[in-house]
Amino acid sequence: MSRAREGARVPAPLLVPATVGVLFLALPLVGLLIRTPWSQLVPQLTAPGVGQALRLSLVSATLATLLSLLLGVPLAWVLARSRARGRAVLRALVTVPLVLPPVVGGVALFLVLGRQGIVGSWLDDAFGITIPFTTTAVVIAETFVAMPFLVISVEGALRAADARFEEVAATLGAGRWTTFRRVTLPLVAPGIAAGAVLCWARALGEFGATITFAGNFPGTTQTMPLAVYLALQRDPDAAIVLSVLLLVVSLGTLLLLRDRWVGRAGAA
Amino acid sequence: MSLRASVRLRRGTLDLQLDVEVADGEVLAVLGPNGAGKSSFLRVLAGLLPPDAGHVTVDGAAWDADGVHLPAHRRALGMVFQDALLFPHLSVADNVAFGLRTRGTGRTAARRAAGDWLTRVGLEGMADRRPGELSGGQAQRAALARALVGEPALLLLDEPLSALDARTRLTVRAELRRHLADFAGSTVLVTHDPVDAMALADRVVVVEDGRVVQTGTPQEIARRPRTDYVARLVGLSLLPGTGSGTQVRLDGGGVVAVAEEARGTVFAAVRPESVTLYVARPEGSPRNVWRATIAGATPHGGTVRCDLAGEVPLVADVTATAFAELGLAVGAQVWATVKASEVAVYSR
Repeated sequence: MSRAREGARVPAPLLVPATVGVLFLALPLVGLLIRTPWSQLVPQLTAPGVGQALRLSLVSATLATLLSLLLGVPLAWVLARSRARGRAVLRALVTVPLVLPPVVGGVALFLVLGRQGIVGSWLDDAFGITIPFTTTAVVIAETFVAMPFLVISVEGALRAADARFEEVAATLGAGRWTTFRRVTLPLVAPGIAAGAVLCWARALGEFGATITFAGNFPGTTQTMPLAVYLALQRDPDAAIVLSVLLLVVSLGTLLLLRDRWVGRAGAA
Repeated sequence: MSLRASVRLRRGTLDLQLDVEVADGEVLAVLGPNGAGKSSFLRVLAGLLPPDAGHVTVDGAAWDADGVHLPAHRRALGMVFQDALLFPHLSVADNVAFGLRTRGTGRTAARRAAGDWLTRVGLEGMADRRPGELSGGQAQRAALARALVGEPALLLLDEPLSALDARTRLTVRAELRRHLADFAGSTVLVTHDPVDAMALADRVVVVEDGRVVQTGTPQEIARRPRTDYVARLVGLSLLPGTGSGTQVRLDGGGVVAVAEEARGTVFAAVRPESVTLYVARPEGSPRNVWRATIAGATPHGGTVRCDLAGEVPLVADVTATAFAELGLAVGAQVWATVKASEVAVYSR
């Protein structure tokens, strides 16, 4: 008993910064809740445009997550399993959006997919497709920023998974694709789910790349973070209410999925 | 169904050169110390590791040859690993049915076959359990069922019993022996435990540093070891020397009297239980009497195994009672005797 208590006692040099750290992270959220004009909550939330922005945020973040799963899981497999050369370069490329200021990401996307862009001008000429300032642009910007979170999380899960199971599958007649579907994927499912939650949360909060590449048009490209920023300039109370709404949605999603997936990945 | 393999493989410090043939229904044990290349050899047979040169032929079909490398999943084989390695996300029955499903058997038929095999290995009623709910012995039985359900031409066992505790190992070994007797294909068992090799194999190949140092039936290996490693494994003292008449002059000095005539370079092998220790020089005239110092003593059940240092290096088993009554200890001076008729002699 005393041993367990001893183990639980935190040394003072760690305790003080840890406490400051908790306060630093939690206080702004508390401040947000304290300043929330609870009486105006209902009228603010039912104001025109709020539902629209929330719906757009949820839909585009979910689409960005799906797109990230589709492209990111295979990419993670290549990074974790293949012995192809240039994997180090590939991993660095994948990590770039993590450290790149999102606004710069938005500019870069614009230069490639904009009307005058390398790919964008061809899309425009050949198919008459323009991407910037559309909901598609929102999804692309969010995917660009959020997918690395998924890739890194899934790659970690793949590396931690016991590769001998894949050899066992091979001795049981499973080719590479069957092995991937029936053994590898189920083994790393908790890691994929955890990565997808992170990816979704990051996409939901995306601001810089979105406003640069997709603009700020209510109904098509104005997501919640953009609406919050805009509201702050003219009606701070509205901004607070919208912020609380976004906080509740993301926290709720995280808590809901935590027990099912994230916790399990943490335990594994 | 038969296996013929000749494998050349270089990997880091490992330089493997192994040629084996295994007939229908035969069990070949590859016995050797860790790092001898046994597991790499098995991985080559499984197709998980391409050999640098050589060939693997099963039932006349080339699995590995010049320009041929059949990938693991296209080989008709079953493999059991040291730690069962049941897929944790599948039920026990789905684990056993896995190989049938990948090879195109329908769901219902595969489940029925898996159920039959679970009964055969004594796991009826466990079909819907998760692998995590099985004991080590049960998991290894399920792994065996999973390897055998597809009726492979070749069964590969990689240290199948070494992860089990002593008591479980005994029962699983006996069951494995029974299943191997029923198995029509060729079996290659890799192990570092001579008991496994002796109990399960029809023939043993001893491998050291990537080379075969001895092959024979388990009885031959146990009675006439050819290297120190094998001698130690089977618990014999191996004394190389030159025979002349009923005497063997040892390479390391000293003379051993033997019952049979021996000529040329020979091994003299002495079992620990035929060595008797005395504190004073024994009366009478035993022909083999040597002075020795007890260099080490390890309790071993009811006996104490003593390593003797002296002109003739021997290992002696003394009952724990005798060890205590004689007041023996490490460093003690003793006299060791062996009857000439208890010394096995065979040519090198």
